[in-house]
Amino acid sequence: MAAIKVHGSPLSTNTLRVLATVYEKELDHEFVLVDMSIGEHKKEHFLSTHNPFGQVPAFEDGDLKLFESRAITRYIACEYADKGTQLIYQDSKKMAITSVWMEVEGQQYEQIAAKLAWELVYKPLLLGMSADKAIVEENEPKLAKVLDIYESRLAQSKYLGGDCFTLADLHHLPTLHYLFGTQVKKLFDSRPHVSAWIADITARPAWLKALALQSQE
Amino acid sequence: MAMKLYGVPMSTCTTRVMACLHEKGADFELVPVNLGTGEHKQPPFLSKNPFGQIPVLEDGDLTLFESRAITAYVAEKCKETGTDLMRHKNPKEAVMVKVWMEVESQTFNPAISPVVMEYVIGPSMGKKTEQAVVDACMGKLGKVLDVYESRLSMCKYLAGDFYSMADLHHLPFMHYFMTTPCASMVKDRPHVMAWWQDISSRPAFKKMVGAMTFG
Repeated sequence: MAAIKVHGSPLSTNTLRVLATVYEKELDHEFVLVDMSIGEHKKEHFLSTHNPFGQVPAFEDGDLKLFESRAITRYIACEYADKGTQLIYQDSKKMAITSVWMEVEGQQYEQIAAKLAWELVYKPLLLGMSADKAIVEENEPKLAKVLDIYESRLAQSKYLGGDCFTLADLHHLPTLHYLFGTQVKKLFDSRPHVSAWIADITARPAWLKALALQSQE
Repeated sequence: MAMKLYGVPMSTCTTRVMACLHEKGADFELVPVNLGTGEHKQPPFLSKNPFGQIPVLEDGDLTLFESRAITAYVAEKCKETGTDLMRHKNPKEAVMVKVWMEVESQTFNPAISPVVMEYVIGPSMGKKTEQAVVDACMGKLGKVLDVYESRLSMCKYLAGDFYSMADLHHLPFMHYFMTTPCASMVKDRPHVMAWWQDISSRPAFKKMVGAMTFG
């Protein structure tokens, strides 16, 4: 039985973020499916054992239990620094710049991207409901402004944190994947450096392995 | 050469960084930014932070933005001095600090910041409080504070029985929230209230709190 367990759903962006990291690090692990359709993540056992906020993913490494996808990915990147892909920098200045762009993902990009993904992907797919046009119309221009800054950054730097692929790039993969299948794709396509960056990071084998779980479960 | 922190003394995100600098006893200079004239939305400030927001930290040739990236950098740079905010010598404690830092960033902040915006920051700019926005947040915030109440009944601080960056990151929005009519949500939860009273009485916070008012 693997010491590392990832609890979640392969449809969940936050779960995919952790799975991508586990695959980048080539770690032995067990994926434990949480049945969100029956609210398993909101039930007492999950709340008390894994995450009091009732969200996926949850993570175990031996007797260590963690939640919050971006804390889990940071833990994996540090704890297993010598395995697989280097996802953080050891140099403190390079890591500081990477941290800036990890925060940009979490504070500037994610809030907007997640709203659009909810309206344009999850609502139709999971609830059979159509998107709220007002929310989409409000958030597309906001995302466009953020992507203008990304375009400028990626014109100077191959990846967001610097010359190497790091968690700063990886953290974007799940919502990018979903938004690429929607009308929002045009915002990415019209920005050449953003577009090239997306093509690069979405082709990574570790990401493709994480996505493959969607067809299996 | 001392670090330069570009920001203003009442800004939530500036004070998040200042609390960390004070806890570490780090030398820094607060460089005011004229928000009224939109200094932060134009060059040359935009070359420091393309998102046009305060704070920005300059340390030699390194320029950083996003308050939580800045505090992480300061904690790492000054890890052998001042308060041990990241518990870097104890991996199990260190990872719990990171978990609760993410809780603040991803769960607590989105629930509390609209309330502070509507009751405190907005009115200081002449905007009317939108009760519907406040009401929508109250439900979410109540659930978050219930989890905090439960957590803080098991340990003194969020990451364990030690003050850490996870608690510090809450200081600015908690301070302003406690000046709003919604403060009862904290007062009605004894462990959260006790935690708030403890962390807001720390000298590093007391150094800045006098300037933390929007008038």
